[in-house]
Amino acid sequence: MKRLFKLALQKPELASTLLLVLLILMFQILSGAVFLSIDNVRGVLGLLPETALVAVGVTLLMICGEFDLSVGSVFALMPMTMAVLVVAGVPFWLAVFLGLALCAFIGFVNGWITIKFDIPSFITTLGMMFMARSMTVVVSGGFPPRIKPGAVPSWIFTGFVDDGGLVRASVLWFVGIAVLISLLLAKTNFGNWVRATGGFLPAAAAMGIPSGKVKIACFMICSVLAGFAGMIQSLRLNSFLPALGEGMELQAVAAAVIGGTSLMGGVGSIIGGLIGATLIRVIDNGMVMSQIDSNWFKFAIGALTIFAVVGNAWLRRRGRAMQVETDK
Amino acid sequence: MSTPIIETRNLHKWYSGVHALKGVSLKIEKGQALGLVGDNGAGKSTLINILSGLHRQDEGQILLEGQEVDIRNPKDSMRLGIETIYQYNSMVPLMTISRNVFIGREPLKWSIGGFGILDEQKMREESVKAIADVDLHLRSPDALVGELSGGQRQGVAIARAMHFKSKVMILDEPTNHLSVKETAKVIGFVKGLKEQGVTSVFISHNMHHVFACCDRIVAMALGQIVLDKPVSETSIEEVSEKL
Repeated sequence: MKRLFKLALQKPELASTLLLVLLILMFQILSGAVFLSIDNVRGVLGLLPETALVAVGVTLLMICGEFDLSVGSVFALMPMTMAVLVVAGVPFWLAVFLGLALCAFIGFVNGWITIKFDIPSFITTLGMMFMARSMTVVVSGGFPPRIKPGAVPSWIFTGFVDDGGLVRASVLWFVGIAVLISLLLAKTNFGNWVRATGGFLPAAAAMGIPSGKVKIACFMICSVLAGFAGMIQSLRLNSFLPALGEGMELQAVAAAVIGGTSLMGGVGSIIGGLIGATLIRVIDNGMVMSQIDSNWFKFAIGALTIFAVVGNAWLRRRGRAMQVETDK
Repeated sequence: MSTPIIETRNLHKWYSGVHALKGVSLKIEKGQALGLVGDNGAGKSTLINILSGLHRQDEGQILLEGQEVDIRNPKDSMRLGIETIYQYNSMVPLMTISRNVFIGREPLKWSIGGFGILDEQKMREESVKAIADVDLHLRSPDALVGELSGGQRQGVAIARAMHFKSKVMILDEPTNHLSVKETAKVIGFVKGLKEQGVTSVFISHNMHHVFACCDRIVAMALGQIVLDKPVSETSIEEVSEKL
């Protein structure tokens, strides 16, 4: 029993799950039971996969010991590129593929520069954040492309999958991808290398893990997921805006950190990142529903991030310090 | 005389203008426990890093059982049967024992192009066995390495090297930062290697540790070998004087 408790203390996801449940209950009461109404849940579920997919990629990259500030810009660049290509007559699926390939390339450049010149990824991706944002405006030519509703099979990504109109296909895409990345991290040798690379780089290098390549792969996955999420959002709104996803990068980092991922690398889980992303969405929406001045939203996220990190560190210390019978 | 298990011929290494290794030629016989001593900057670590694949020599050859080999990275070195244990940096503290034992060499249930699903049960079972083989008793292969004591960590590192059937085990300052009791344990592990026929190279600042478990002493100073004698024909005083 005590052992279970110790385990729970050391699992940072647990505290944030508890907080999530509490917040949902609180908002449900404050909003006069509107928060969990079908209409509102539909709204939250529409937006959630988009933020959460970005958070999944960022979490993976942070576990690997790196950082990506360019996800918000890639979030806008991918759909913009795709839309411009579609308008120019390129078939939809080819345009999607080319858009994602561009994201992969950006991830590669982020990783390659970071590794090759041995500079902090914070700087590389800060530069890329500006460059990708600028490219988004440039490819659009200043005028957002317009795609006629129904001209592209966007239902595959954003159509409702149930009769009640509650769950969109994007939720399924997101769950599928999140499960896949979780398995990649937990059950494959690649995942082992990611944790070793982020956990203690000299050991990973001494054991012959190609940590540079592992990091570049994580950068690429992160960028592709951000671009994919941006595409889903653009298709859902059916508008392609150059300002899409601004501020997304820090929300994604906040989500990862709230879910227990360490900025130092090596520690964290995809499920933690998901819970973090859900928390952010719940707070955003819950504040509106409870008629709290929504200008406090960023304050709440900021405070939660600090609180989560301090709390997790404290819990982990407590958990470790707690003596348990280790024999038998 | 039999072919040496490792032979270096005239190894040179420069680090941005510093001549760190000045023509080191060394023959290590099979089954020997060689103690490598020397002051900071004497070239011990450089020599070891070349053998373990972290650096490459600028000049000279390495022969393994009489065959010339090219060690370009740590993987090459491990493939040739050379396992290196560093004073602290060969384990990831936040990962479990079983995962640490198999870092970079994970057994897979199935794979495509080198990537695949971990065989976690095999990892657990074999790491338990490997640890027991070096006479180390740990409660669970799922414990984090960061929760182990320094001596236990070195034990796991040695167990890992043994598991992968190393021919030569290089121990780079394995007793640094360890308590007296833990040091005795690590020295015990090294003595155990000799019984199992594994050649070992033991690097230490501490002469007492080296004299306690090695049968040949090689001393280095300023990038060269300055003394090479069986342990029975030399003394701590003589070696200290040469450094």
